[in-house]
Amino acid sequence: MRQAAKTRLLATAAGAVLMAAAVTASAPAFAQAKEQFFPVLSYRTGAYAPNGVPFANGYVDYLKLVNARDGGINGIKITFEECETGYATDRGVECYERLKGKGPTGATLFQPLSTGITFAVTDKAPTDRIPIVTAGYGRADSVDGTIFGWNFPLGGTYWDAADILVQHVGKKEGGVDNLKGKKIALVYHDSPYGKEPIPLLQERAKMHGYELLLLPVTHPGVEQKATWLQIRQQRPDYVFLWGWGVMNSTSIKEAVATGYPREKMYGVWWAGAEPDVTPAGDGAKGYNALVFLAPAGQGQVHKDMLKHVYEKGQGTGKKEEVGEVLYNRGMVSAMMGVEAVKRAQIKYGKKPLKGEEVRWGLENLAIDAGAIKKLGFEGFMAPVSTSCADHQGARSASLQTWDGKKWSSSSGMYEADAQIIKPLIRASAEKYAAEKKITRRDCAKEQ
Amino acid sequence: MFYRENGQYKTSYAADQQMLPILQDRVFLAGVVVFAFVAVPFLVSDYLFLSLLIPFLILALAAIGLNLLVGYCGQISIGHAAFMAVGAYAAYNLALRIPQLNFLVVLVLAGLIAAAVGMLFGIPSLRIKGLYLAVATLAAQFFMDWLFARVKWFTNYASSGSVSTAPVEMFGWKIDTPTEKYVFLLAVLIVFTLVAKNLVRSHIGRAWMAMRDMDVAAEVIGIRPVYAKLSAFAVSSFYVGVAGALWGFMHLGSWEPLAFNLTLSLNLLFMIIIGGMGSLLGSYFGAAFIVVLPILLNQIPAMLGIPLSTAMVSHLEIMIFGALIVFFLIVEPHGLARLWAIGKEKLRLWPFPH
Repeated sequence: MRQAAKTRLLATAAGAVLMAAAVTASAPAFAQAKEQFFPVLSYRTGAYAPNGVPFANGYVDYLKLVNARDGGINGIKITFEECETGYATDRGVECYERLKGKGPTGATLFQPLSTGITFAVTDKAPTDRIPIVTAGYGRADSVDGTIFGWNFPLGGTYWDAADILVQHVGKKEGGVDNLKGKKIALVYHDSPYGKEPIPLLQERAKMHGYELLLLPVTHPGVEQKATWLQIRQQRPDYVFLWGWGVMNSTSIKEAVATGYPREKMYGVWWAGAEPDVTPAGDGAKGYNALVFLAPAGQGQVHKDMLKHVYEKGQGTGKKEEVGEVLYNRGMVSAMMGVEAVKRAQIKYGKKPLKGEEVRWGLENLAIDAGAIKKLGFEGFMAPVSTSCADHQGARSASLQTWDGKKWSSSSGMYEADAQIIKPLIRASAEKYAAEKKITRRDCAKEQ
Repeated sequence: MFYRENGQYKTSYAADQQMLPILQDRVFLAGVVVFAFVAVPFLVSDYLFLSLLIPFLILALAAIGLNLLVGYCGQISIGHAAFMAVGAYAAYNLALRIPQLNFLVVLVLAGLIAAAVGMLFGIPSLRIKGLYLAVATLAAQFFMDWLFARVKWFTNYASSGSVSTAPVEMFGWKIDTPTEKYVFLLAVLIVFTLVAKNLVRSHIGRAWMAMRDMDVAAEVIGIRPVYAKLSAFAVSSFYVGVAGALWGFMHLGSWEPLAFNLTLSLNLLFMIIIGGMGSLLGSYFGAAFIVVLPILLNQIPAMLGIPLSTAMVSHLEIMIFGALIVFFLIVEPHGLARLWAIGKEKLRLWPFPH
């Protein structure tokens, strides 16, 4: 009997070892190839798919374009793999873990397109040494590169967005001081994304004396009757909309139902794409939203895209959707990643680069007007130039208005007020550093 | 042939009452534990640790906690993610505000706070039963979601409502690599499983089961419902609270109130239904099923080299996962643990089934 038990144990142990070996072996082995691997966290299913799909298409198409038109980044072919997050934080983290080690040098950089996932992977990036690029979303305080060494909120944060919106409505009132006694309602997605702008709006409220109404909308945002009832009762002078996915179009429809003038509604740049307004039909006319990085339309790069990718049948989405707001934003996001690799290649040589090396590229990014023109993005973005301490590189945006058929520009460029935002960033970043026991990087030593 | 207890005579009460009366079971389990502690850390990649094994271990702990209440005491709760949230936020605040506390102390205190809250929300169970109680526990879910999203103190006034934890360190041991986390969680899970196993074999567990099987009869034979039901709520919430703290500190690192929403509550309930109600082993099976299967299904097309679009793969994942749940519930409504028990019965008769 004892003998039998032992045999059984041995057999089980052997079986278990074999199984485990099979599991580890099934992870595909990559040969050292001249390839740069871009992980793509996308969401093509779920409540946020209408916005996730065009962004992912633009992102992936641009990577395809670089391969087809330029033969890769200075001869280094781009490879990529998509992973579906469904905008859920846990699946996003799983995707991050799945993709971070792929390719000959690991993941180049991550662009999760979700503030929730950004918060979760921010903790992991320093250990894995992979940059997290969050163009126009993510943590506002991660602008501070000395504490958030691996986060890059390139082009703008939610604090900039909120600041610019206050500046704009202040201008409409004939000066920010006239905002005194006015009411501004923030209708926001009840998640880190929607809550991000609150500190800045509160700070500005203290300065100018307007009243801030905070109206959260729970995920996914199809039920907003209670929110809009409050708006009907309180009659705010302006409504700022901080929604995503189906929440945006629902808000606009509710505004129509409540009779709230769309002209007084201002969306953040994630509430200003075609899928947000078209479901509301004519009702959306007059609705405003911020534009940052990429408005709708087509430029030189889109001609290249159609010629090199779509005419060969390689396009990810439909040909007609090339040039939509979110498609363009996906393209610009991918472009900045590619440019960071190009920049880093100058320092580290034309070979597949590690995440760490790409970080140097991101910290020394200098996409000026000339470079934008050369890349074919003229009119689609403002110049971006970063440094070790400033991980943002640009803080300007303008406004656009929906005329029932298309978005058209309705204001000049605004620059967010660094005087107000900088102290907020500093305080918030320092609190984070204290919580996580992080010591500040010394940028002077590293360059 | 190999799996028989012939000749294993019990000569003392202790031998008769041990947890695993059959030698083969003991050897097998010891083998599994040794394998999990010694071999797995060397065999498994970081990805498997972080995406599969660590969530599996923590959710298995939570499932055990819920199983004590639902499976053993018969009180249905669909608000258990709320108690996980209590544990997680309690641990976060304890670690933040009293940094010199040892992490183990933080864990236990977080569990105790969750237990207190669990008892509070367990009070309605004294008056209402079954599905009505389930609806009442839903209140816990919505209340906690609201509390942690609205009361800023709990999130240390974080502007986005998202909190992030400091790295875990105790006795000079910094638990930060996936392997270390895995070993630590495995040890915690084993200790808690042993405690749970002994609890359900003791008079407390018998009181719970009596309450589950027929509360009037249990009262008649002298079991106090207040004591039995509230102790089940307390122990269950303690387990789930500890699991919540571990989920926050070891798995997520930073989280928002949404991380402990109704979906997680329902997932916990599905775990014990699919795994097997009133079975600790079932909690493990259920957790494995819910955690591992979707991720595995998502990767199968790529492993087989079938080119499918990302959207298609995730639609397929949801469809196949749903179909498998239905399949297993039809094949064995008592859960995977029952399938395992049937397998063991068959093995004892093999190769001469009658």
